[in-house]
Amino acid sequence: MEVLVAVVIAVLTSCGVYLLLRGRTFPIILGLTLLTYAVNLFIFVSGRLNPGQSTIIGVGEGYTDPLPQALVLTAIVISFAMTAFVMVLALRARAELGNDHVDGRIKVEDVKP
Amino acid sequence: MTLLSIILLPMVGALLPFFTERFGRTLCAYSAAIGPLCALGLLIGSAPSVFNGMVDYTYLPWLPAIGLDLSLRLDGLGLMFALLIVGIGLLVILYARYYLSQRDSLSKLYALLQLFMMAMLGIVLSNNLLLLIVFWEITSLVSFLLIGYWSGQTDARKGARMALAVTGAGGLCLLAGALLIERIVGSFELGAIFAAAEQIKADPSYPVILVLVLLGAFTKSAQFPFQFWLPHAMSAPTPVSAYLHSATMVKAGVFLLARMHPALAGTDGWFYIVTFTGMATLLFGAYNALFKHDLKGLLAYSTISHLGLITMLLGFGTQLAVVAAIFHIINHATFKASLFMAAGIIDHETGTRDMRKINGMWKYMPHTALLAMVAALAMAGVPLLNGFLSKEMFFSEALHIESMGMFSWIFPLMATLAGVFSVAYSVRFIHDVFFNGEPIDLPKYPPHEPPRYMIVPVEILVALCLLVGILPNFTVAPFLDAASLAVLGENKPDYHIAIWHGFNLPLIMSIVATVGGVIMYTQRSGLFAFYERKFRHDEKIVFESRVQLSVRVAQLFTDFVQNNSLQRYMALLIGAAVVVIAYALYPMTQFQGTLGVSDIEPVSLLAAIILIVGALGTVLLHHNRFAALLLMSVVGLVVSLIFVRYSAPDLALTQISVEVVTIVLLILALYFLPQITPNESGAKRVTRDIALAAAAGIGMGLITFAMITRPYETLSEFYVANSVSGGGGANIVNVILVDFRGFDTFGEITVLAVAAVGIYAMLNGLHLPLPQADGEGRRWDKEPHPPILAVMARILLPLALMVSVYIFLRGHNAPGGGFIAGLVTSVALILQYVASGTGWMQERLRWKYRRVAVSGVLIAALTGVGSWFFGYPFLTSTFSHIHWPVVGDFELASAMAFDTGVYVTVVGATMLILAHLGKLAQTSHSPRPATSKVYKNTEVTRGEN
Repeated sequence: MEVLVAVVIAVLTSCGVYLLLRGRTFPIILGLTLLTYAVNLFIFVSGRLNPGQSTIIGVGEGYTDPLPQALVLTAIVISFAMTAFVMVLALRARAELGNDHVDGRIKVEDVKP
Repeated sequence: MTLLSIILLPMVGALLPFFTERFGRTLCAYSAAIGPLCALGLLIGSAPSVFNGMVDYTYLPWLPAIGLDLSLRLDGLGLMFALLIVGIGLLVILYARYYLSQRDSLSKLYALLQLFMMAMLGIVLSNNLLLLIVFWEITSLVSFLLIGYWSGQTDARKGARMALAVTGAGGLCLLAGALLIERIVGSFELGAIFAAAEQIKADPSYPVILVLVLLGAFTKSAQFPFQFWLPHAMSAPTPVSAYLHSATMVKAGVFLLARMHPALAGTDGWFYIVTFTGMATLLFGAYNALFKHDLKGLLAYSTISHLGLITMLLGFGTQLAVVAAIFHIINHATFKASLFMAAGIIDHETGTRDMRKINGMWKYMPHTALLAMVAALAMAGVPLLNGFLSKEMFFSEALHIESMGMFSWIFPLMATLAGVFSVAYSVRFIHDVFFNGEPIDLPKYPPHEPPRYMIVPVEILVALCLLVGILPNFTVAPFLDAASLAVLGENKPDYHIAIWHGFNLPLIMSIVATVGGVIMYTQRSGLFAFYERKFRHDEKIVFESRVQLSVRVAQLFTDFVQNNSLQRYMALLIGAAVVVIAYALYPMTQFQGTLGVSDIEPVSLLAAIILIVGALGTVLLHHNRFAALLLMSVVGLVVSLIFVRYSAPDLALTQISVEVVTIVLLILALYFLPQITPNESGAKRVTRDIALAAAAGIGMGLITFAMITRPYETLSEFYVANSVSGGGGANIVNVILVDFRGFDTFGEITVLAVAAVGIYAMLNGLHLPLPQADGEGRRWDKEPHPPILAVMARILLPLALMVSVYIFLRGHNAPGGGFIAGLVTSVALILQYVASGTGWMQERLRWKYRRVAVSGVLIAALTGVGSWFFGYPFLTSTFSHIHWPVVGDFELASAMAFDTGVYVTVVGATMLILAHLGKLAQTSHSPRPATSKVYKNTEVTRGEN
């Protein structure tokens, strides 16, 4: 299973990085989201893989490491806020620059004012 | 403390001239002399004990963490230099009073001179190498200001810049060398460095240290090939040239050589580099000095040549050579400073420095002429003058060098040749300026003697030249003794300075040099023509073009890195990260750790395949944005399943609700963006990006695998053990969030609220043209809110809210809590927006979400502040159990109030983002004529929420 988890994180990172290198805002935000999944999973599995355990006192037999979970929980919410922020920034950039290219200097404008 | 006062007095004194200048220039000069005079008094007071071989130390910790302390020492070398610095400095202050014209600010010059004096004193009195370098850099900076004193002149600015660039670069090398020394010795203290001399010389990095330290010394002392800045620094006012470029700053380099002599000298590397650099400088300077028509140019090249001589002596490394070097430092300072001052007087009185015009000055200013001639003879090394004594010692040492075997004859030969040139240019100085017919169209005519006190400093210095030259053992001997002791320690040789050593080889060399020099001068016209033909290059032009070249190279690099393209930045950033991590991972031979690897289960494998297909599909289909988004949501769902699989119910709940909110947000935003991503990347870029992505992915995969197959230590036991007793909750994750690490969570919800407010600001006044059709050209549905969805959503709302309350309340003891409950509430509300429209919702829910978000943060903050009233630190939590009728035992924790803050913030922030984005669509999107209630509502509520 450890191999599988590593492969999953590797694929998510690769896909995220590739999309991050695109020129238009929307694919970049998709890439950012994929990369977020990868990073969250990475932090999460730093508590090692513990199937069938618990984070509730008195429930189950063993306890898994709750600390990475607490870190990832807030990370998920914050990354939503950041995705939203970048998304709206992209909308604003399209309104101001006339296109959705990250460099904002494409000759052909896709928005006719 | 005396030592510290000696350094600080000129610095404090630097302020005085500014206050006294308005009361007249003479008073200004007197006030400028107060600080240095006091310092001189202190120095003379300390002299007797230094002569007795004592070393005075002062130690004050300054920045002990980096080894930089105010650690000072006054030994013989320091005393000799300090006396030169303060003594000549005082003479220069007097001289400058008469030299500067009424237009120039005297106080500015005095302040800078005293700052410079402070820095120079710092260099020679430092007992800490790092402190020495601090002062070293100050001299570079202040000399920049002094050379550029007439900042209106291009020459002054360029000369100042050149000096700063060269000496500054040397200073950086010196710093690097010092850091390397510290790595070996473990201290910057000079005593420790001297004690570890053998260790330094044996270290493999010794050659690097040597070269770096020498670069610092050579640039400062204008050694070949760095000599070019010194002639251009002559655009400084003459008092500055007399002070910086004869007596002090250029001597800092040779001082450093002498100072580091105990630690670094005595090796072949030192001998060859220092000796040959010095010899090249000696000859180059002496040769060029002969051909300069500018009075100060001649003196500048002569200075270069004499600095070369001193360097060469220090390179010889024999004890007597070191004594001779120190002796020549004193002698050169006295005769060269007086010559500069005399040159300044001539310039001042005739208005030019061109020796082809200035002739026959003997008739006009005999007093100055006499003094200048004596000084020039000292420079030439004529007997009964101080220059003769040290030059004889130099010749004698050059004869004794045998380390080059049969080639050792090169030293006396080159020394004599330099002596020939030296005599030639000295004779030229005397003959051209004071005799050689009549002056030719001088700007000021007729020239006459300068003001009485302007000539006093020259008189004092020339008197010293004579005194030392005639009675060396009654004047300079104790200083020389003490300084030699400081450099050579116990090895100090027995030597005797005498005017007459008998008719020996050095004397013959002197005679050859003198006769040869005079003959050379008489043949000058042919030599001048030869020089003009061969050597006409201007270092300034070369330097400027080099500077511009380096700027162009830097520009090219900057243009490559910073081309205003985010894609380039991203690629460089990721590429750099990949390289750094690959470098760090390279030594790893075994990726799998000691923990065993569990078997792959079929269900997990299926889930992983779905995730991988989703992720790859997102990439492959990313040109079709909507499809890519849908595929990506599959990835998010599988990620939440991974959380379920590995015992993280809280995370799974959070992930799945965030997933809903995120996808809704992205669909909403996609509405305002092109539906198709154009295919812009060429094959080259795609290949590069795939390579980067693959490298990043493989790296992350390897790190993950290496990490999770290794055992680790965690502090989680603490949380497990204290969750119930300390936080009053059984859900450890929730207790960590709201209790143990509550302050972190507080920061996080603040970020959330700030992001939401930022989004609100960006959406404010945003107008985007709206597509009338979807990506495939189909027009939007006429009915945006299907009734069945609307009705179902309304039924679901109370149920969903109840679920969220349940999740919230149980959060402390079972999976749930403020974050998750807030997201569930948001999803329920968003569903209403989707089903019934923004207008419909705004009519019913007149909340301003930004206030909701902010009040959530406030609730959390007040909970934290509440603990202060009970005398506990911020966010200390407490809990107790109360009995409710019907419900039973119920736990009430202050953390719950905090969690309420989290809940409210999450709801407020999420809704602020989505509702406003939705409203943007609603207000702009009007495919039908605006007659319905919807239109009215949106009009009414525009700018609200």
